[in-house]
Amino acid sequence: MDHRVVGALLVLAGAAGIAPALPAYPLTLLTQALIAAMLAMSLDVLLGYTGLPSLGHAAYFGVAAYAVAILATEHRVGFAGCLAAGLVAAAVTAALFGLIAIRASGTYFLMITLALGMVIWGLAFRWVTLTKGDNGVSGVPRPELGLPWSLWSPLPFFYFTLLILAVAWALLGLLVTSSFGLSLKGIRESESRMRVLGYNVWLHKYLAFVIAGVFSGLAGALWAYYNGFVSPVDVQLVTSVEALLMVALGGPGTLAGPAAGAAVIVFLKNFVSVYTKRWLLILGAVYIGVILFAPGGLAGAVARRRR
Amino acid sequence: MTAEFWIAQTFNGLSYGALLFLLASGLSLIFGVMRIVNLAHGSYFMLGGYVGLSVVWRTGSFVAALLAGAVAVGLIGVAMERLFLSRLPGQTLGQVLMTIGFALIFQDLALLIWGGDPYTIPVPPLLSGVVRLDTLSFPIYRIFIVLVAVVVGLLLWLALDRTRTGAMIRAAVDDAEMAQGVGIRVPRLSLGVFALGACLAAFGGVIGGAFLGVYPGADFEVLPYAFVVVIVGGLGSLPGAMVGSLLVGLLDNFGKALFPELSYFTLFAPMALILALRPTGLFGRV
Repeated sequence: MDHRVVGALLVLAGAAGIAPALPAYPLTLLTQALIAAMLAMSLDVLLGYTGLPSLGHAAYFGVAAYAVAILATEHRVGFAGCLAAGLVAAAVTAALFGLIAIRASGTYFLMITLALGMVIWGLAFRWVTLTKGDNGVSGVPRPELGLPWSLWSPLPFFYFTLLILAVAWALLGLLVTSSFGLSLKGIRESESRMRVLGYNVWLHKYLAFVIAGVFSGLAGALWAYYNGFVSPVDVQLVTSVEALLMVALGGPGTLAGPAAGAAVIVFLKNFVSVYTKRWLLILGAVYIGVILFAPGGLAGAVARRRR
Repeated sequence: MTAEFWIAQTFNGLSYGALLFLLASGLSLIFGVMRIVNLAHGSYFMLGGYVGLSVVWRTGSFVAALLAGAVAVGLIGVAMERLFLSRLPGQTLGQVLMTIGFALIFQDLALLIWGGDPYTIPVPPLLSGVVRLDTLSFPIYRIFIVLVAVVVGLLLWLALDRTRTGAMIRAAVDDAEMAQGVGIRVPRLSLGVFALGACLAAFGGVIGGAFLGVYPGADFEVLPYAFVVVIVGGLGSLPGAMVGSLLVGLLDNFGKALFPELSYFTLFAPMALILALRPTGLFGRV
């Protein structure tokens, strides 16, 4: 077996093994880290593998989270219906936005995805009859799956999230090692060369964009269930940038790196905010420090050590 | 919908667009010369407002507030560019993360220094009051904003179009590498443009502080507007920033008045349409 698969399995098994021994608070943080990891990995498909830095990745996360929250609270839709609706909503949003964004590259791509992300934020904030505006949608019930364990308690919900993350990780791993994934890497390295070789560059980028959106939506759907509450904060620019930081911190183009970066950020955020009110200051310093001192991220540092 | 409604809303949109021009013209030039996506640009606007507020409290002078805000934030801009951003040439993602890091730090520092309460910079007596025309009334301060934007726009245009430095900036916008090749000192030019952009944003922040208020979160509230202006107008184009500001000011105002629930949508959807037709914006060439 590939050493990356072994590594991923070890991490997942380790998390599953340690979970029953953890008190409730660290366990919920670990669950949060899993969801953030899924968001970061979905963005990695775009940023790390295709070379497209999206500044609006929270949009698909948020659209799915809102879809799940609204359907589960106001229309009492079950888990399968909510999840399907969330994923479809994320896919449709990404498919629409991709049509506009994929035309651009480099700096323009950044700005356009930023502005498109703001469209979703604006709707979440202002379309009060649907989204309840600034108050957000609260009271999202945890899924009822007819299992002997209630997902309302932290441990079963953790395993539920872990299982979904494992499936998502496997799918994304297959994606990036497939010939499609290799073409994406080719586009990242040299778009013009891939075009000359006869690849449909636009279609590859577009599909990567939509796929990343769907997995971001999967993370968003889980987030709605985990948090029980969805608000414009979940789709704001800072959330999108935080996802970028997770990828950059972990090391773009490695999947596992961004997942680790996500875990670091989630734990850092929560621990620092326990000790000081000035955590934004510290988070800001982390952004600057990562760029100055760890340009390749954690994965880059590990690779350098190995060499 | 009476004629008065349309005139009043057009005027409001115009004055908001004028304020946006102060913010976005600098952002557009920074983009043009340095290709930097500066997410701290909204922070300059907010910090300018806060510095201006403190100066007005101490001295009571609006002019002093304008100058102090612009100079203080201009210096912050110089420090950011020289010490940090100049280390990341061409690294789009690194620049984004670094500028958002600064934006978070500025946000928290502003909260630490000025607290979480919203304030308004008092309008100087000379500029308060309204001009009445028949049944319509136009606040003098909003007329003042439009005039300031026109003057700043003219000065920028003269500087860019009629001076040697302006020609060098235009050369750097078109092709920074070639400009460097023919002996233009692009790094120094970049520093100047960055500082000018920060000054203009802070200047707008003081002026806007008497109009929109000064409050935590103002930074991330104005940022997307500035970005839409730049995207619609085109990278590094001054006429683009003018037309973009006007369009965005009017669209935002009519959107909020006519379709309050979809107001952001009415702002961003036309932007998407323009991009679909002209990917480099209305006046962009690159």
